Amino acid sequence: MNAKTSGSTRAAAMLDVAGLHKVYTGAGRTIEAIRDVTFTVGAGALVCIVGPSGAGKTTLLKCIAGLLPSSGGKVILDRAPVAGPPSSMAVVFQEYGRSLFPWMTVRQNIELPLKQKRLPAARREQLVGDALVAVDLAEAHGAYPWQLSGGMQQRVAIARAVAYEPQVLLMDEPFAAVDAQTRADLEDLIRRLWQRLRVTVLFVTHDIEEAVYLGERVLILSHAPTVIMEDVAIDLPDARSQLETRSLPRFSELRKHVYAQIQLAKQGWRPPGESA
Amino acid sequence: MSGGKIRAVARNAGLALGLPVALLALWWIASAGSANFYFPPLQTIAQMFVEVWVSPRIFDDVLPSLGRLAAGYFGAVALGLIIGIPIGLSRTLRNVLEPVLEFLRAIPPPALVPILILLAGIGDTMKTLVIISGCIWPVLLNTVEGVRGRDEVLEDVVRSYRIRGLARLWHFIIPSASPQMFTGMRQALAIGIILMVISEMFAASNGLGFAIIQFERSFAVAEMWTGIIMLGLIGILLSQIFRLVERRMLAWYHGLRQSQRPGG
Repeated sequence: MNAKTSGSTRAAAMLDVAGLHKVYTGAGRTIEAIRDVTFTVGAGALVCIVGPSGAGKTTLLKCIAGLLPSSGGKVILDRAPVAGPPSSMAVVFQEYGRSLFPWMTVRQNIELPLKQKRLPAARREQLVGDALVAVDLAEAHGAYPWQLSGGMQQRVAIARAVAYEPQVLLMDEPFAAVDAQTRADLEDLIRRLWQRLRVTVLFVTHDIEEAVYLGERVLILSHAPTVIMEDVAIDLPDARSQLETRSLPRFSELRKHVYAQIQLAKQGWRPPGESA
Repeated sequence: MSGGKIRAVARNAGLALGLPVALLALWWIASAGSANFYFPPLQTIAQMFVEVWVSPRIFDDVLPSLGRLAAGYFGAVALGLIIGIPIGLSRTLRNVLEPVLEFLRAIPPPALVPILILLAGIGDTMKTLVIISGCIWPVLLNTVEGVRGRDEVLEDVVRSYRIRGLARLWHFIIPSASPQMFTGMRQALAIGIILMVISEMFAASNGLGFAIIQFERSFAVAEMWTGIIMLGLIGILLSQIFRLVERRMLAWYHGLRQSQRPGG
């Protein structure tokens, strides 16, 4: 367990966020969304970011994804600074109903980014096929997204991200809008894909249990203007199952601890000595 | 098809055709034996319809009209899309152009006919320009709205997968805006037919509008009525063709809408 924890903070950082700062300006007033966020994610790690609503989770993720310019600080992906969406990163968004192209079939949705990468047709076909098998949707390639259930649509979005072969997979509350049972299945799917593909995953959620269940580490965010309240190592066994892992005493302890921190964050408590 | 489905289709067809059939019957009965010079019996008009239109007139009047309509309509659609897409994409362009567009749109196209005659003469070019000047607005304005209203989440997806340039235009911008583009094109079709007739009522030597005016001036009242019926039939035919094309091209959109209906 300790080996795992030290492994995720080892020198080979895949993603390095340093002093990230974001201020929205507009209509004569400024809003400081992110004050100072610094953390490192090692290659092949699975890190969850959890925070109360209004913690600027989506803003943080968009800054890391290069979709939103930051006001200060640095995001470094595999030794290269992020200035726009990088080619080795894929994002899965919360709103599955709006993140797939409704005029394209499932196959076309997954294939379009690969065409942009100028991959040859045979390679594209293989990647699309493998990705659909990986998310258990091999039969659905000819369907349109709106013909599928919400959970299936989100699996298509995950397949699209997987087929893109990113080094880092960013997920912005991807399961917030699906029902509880589908959510549990999708959580296990993410763990399986992560273990099989050795991809680095940064998973943003507001669900404390989900963060503890999925992550090797959980970063707890403060209320806006956002700083990191705590970086919690999740020392649970690597093989996780919905039934057994969630009934471990250690799981409850971690959940309680993160819950207490989130309650503090909601009340506006901030870590001491933060730079204003 | 099951028996229930056949019945449903027959019922819908009955509902759709019921009123037109009833109105025609009413016209037929009310005008039977009419001695009014301006309102001849429908029976006379129907006989005259075959005589007037199943003739070289199809080539002399109907086809030239449809040709000018096609040129004007498709010209307007092309221009509306080409101008509308950049305006929809750029807030700056919208701020600069919106007042001008509002002004131009407010001008009734027939009022442009005298100017267009001065500029383009009285030939096909003038008539095509009149049609373009009216048809372009619904296409242009709906395209601007459609492009502007594209989904932000999908825009983030497009950006994060680095889908850019023509691929972005072709796979994202145009399909996103296509439902609104079709709304504009449907409105433009109705306007186009009106302007086709009006432009032929000014200086013209052939066309449906020209034929109707000729009949009227020579007091060939029944013939004039057949021209008006012909226009109606052409309007129905074109709008049905439009519906078929739209159903095909926007199949995804109708499917999406259906799936979003509660309980559907």
